[in-house]
Amino acid sequence: MTDTQWPIFEVFHQQARGEPHVHVGSIHAPDAEMAIILAKEQYCRRQACVNIWVVPASAITATLYTDDDIFERATDKSYRESWGYKTPKHVAMPHGDSPAQVAESDSEVKHM
Amino acid sequence: MVIAVDNEKTASMSDVDPRLSAFEARINRGEKIEPADWMPDDYRQQLIRLIHVHANSEICGALPEGKWIPHAPTFKRKLALVAKVQDEVGHGQLLYRAAETLGPSREQMIEDLISGKSKFSNVFHYPAESWADVAIIAWLIDAAAIINQTMMAEGSYGPYARALKRICYEEAFHMKHGYEMCVVLAGGTRVQRDMLQDALNRWWTPIMMFHGPSDKESKHTTQLVKWKVKLKTNDEQRQQFLRQFVPKMLDLRLKIPDKSLRYDSATETWRYDDPDWNEFKKVVNNGGPVSHERVEARRLAHVDGLWVREALTAHANRQPIPMPERN
Ligand SMILES: [Fe+2]
Ligand SMILES: [Fe+2]
Repeated sequence: MTDTQWPIFEVFHQQARGEPHVHVGSIHAPDAEMAIILAKEQYCRRQACVNIWVVPASAITATLYTDDDIFERATDKSYRESWGYKTPKHVAMPHGDSPAQVAESDSEVKHM
Repeated sequence: MVIAVDNEKTASMSDVDPRLSAFEARINRGEKIEPADWMPDDYRQQLIRLIHVHANSEICGALPEGKWIPHAPTFKRKLALVAKVQDEVGHGQLLYRAAETLGPSREQMIEDLISGKSKFSNVFHYPAESWADVAIIAWLIDAAAIINQTMMAEGSYGPYARALKRICYEEAFHMKHGYEMCVVLAGGTRVQRDMLQDALNRWWTPIMMFHGPSDKESKHTTQLVKWKVKLKTNDEQRQQFLRQFVPKMLDLRLKIPDKSLRYDSATETWRYDDPDWNEFKKVVNNGGPVSHERVEARRLAHVDGLWVREALTAHANRQPIPMPERN
């Protein structure tokens, strides 16, 4: 019998406008147009779906789990996070300047 | 759904790979194994066999129900049955995709089903004789399948577990609808009640066989449990089914056709007549009442659909589209 084993497309669906597309699985299809039709039948029978992406599986390059040390965080990355910075609610200014003046000088610093 | 088949080999421990202990440690930590990861060949082969049989069963399971679509008693029932049959075929496709990540192609797996090289669940080797059979299948066989599938969804192989999460969500609708059908028949006329009881009489033994041979007979379970391919033994799954569904069947005033069925409160288990496992083996080796009809239906669908697949391929390659032969 003729082999009609088609290429694989990975399927991503979007449940509402503005939401990210999420990977839901994959299907076989002869081309992208047909992949959309089959993906809709397979993955959008019930739950809300406003958009589908299909991507040839061959177009995906992935990292290897065996190389997962590339994701190791060797150093403290707290300097990249908002929670890495602590400020008191009220700041006592050393020279008694009014808050307005401080804000002004602060913005000057920023623009330098 | 999955049947336990008795012919697999057990792992040979003579050639222990050093990667094995790392693999088993990952499984013990609850990590999922992904297609590109190293895995023992035995793990791969067992999973291919299980997922392949499961996929075949979804496809063959759609056949007895599909036959009843034109005869559904109401429009609402027809809509639900069409949706269920479409879901089951979709489950088959999801599972063939999961099995493909381990090696075999979908085309090959379908060929193996048609040639009788691969098996499907025992319950689909029997005919659905009346509308009440459709109700019993949807309620109790889907219930038994849910017990199996929610367990397998916690298994160690990522692609299979993910496919099963989707599948279980849909099975819940199948079972609920099946239960509703049974409740309606059980509360109906004498003819309807008899119809339901007759259906249960026919299906009881196949359902009791559904989770596979008793633990005494299946030697390989320990290995599968260790690798979290299976999380419960066949008998544990059967007990869970009885615990959940015997009371519900009795509520519907159904008589369960097993004289030795009783609850043993000391061991907190149901006692039952152990099914004839030779009969089970005969049935899953395509020796059941409609085994050949099922395989033939699958073969015809594959052959009759060939021109569609060829036309779609031609369209994708921008070739002239071949037309089906007229005869
Ligand atoms: Fe299913
Ligand atoms: Fe189902």
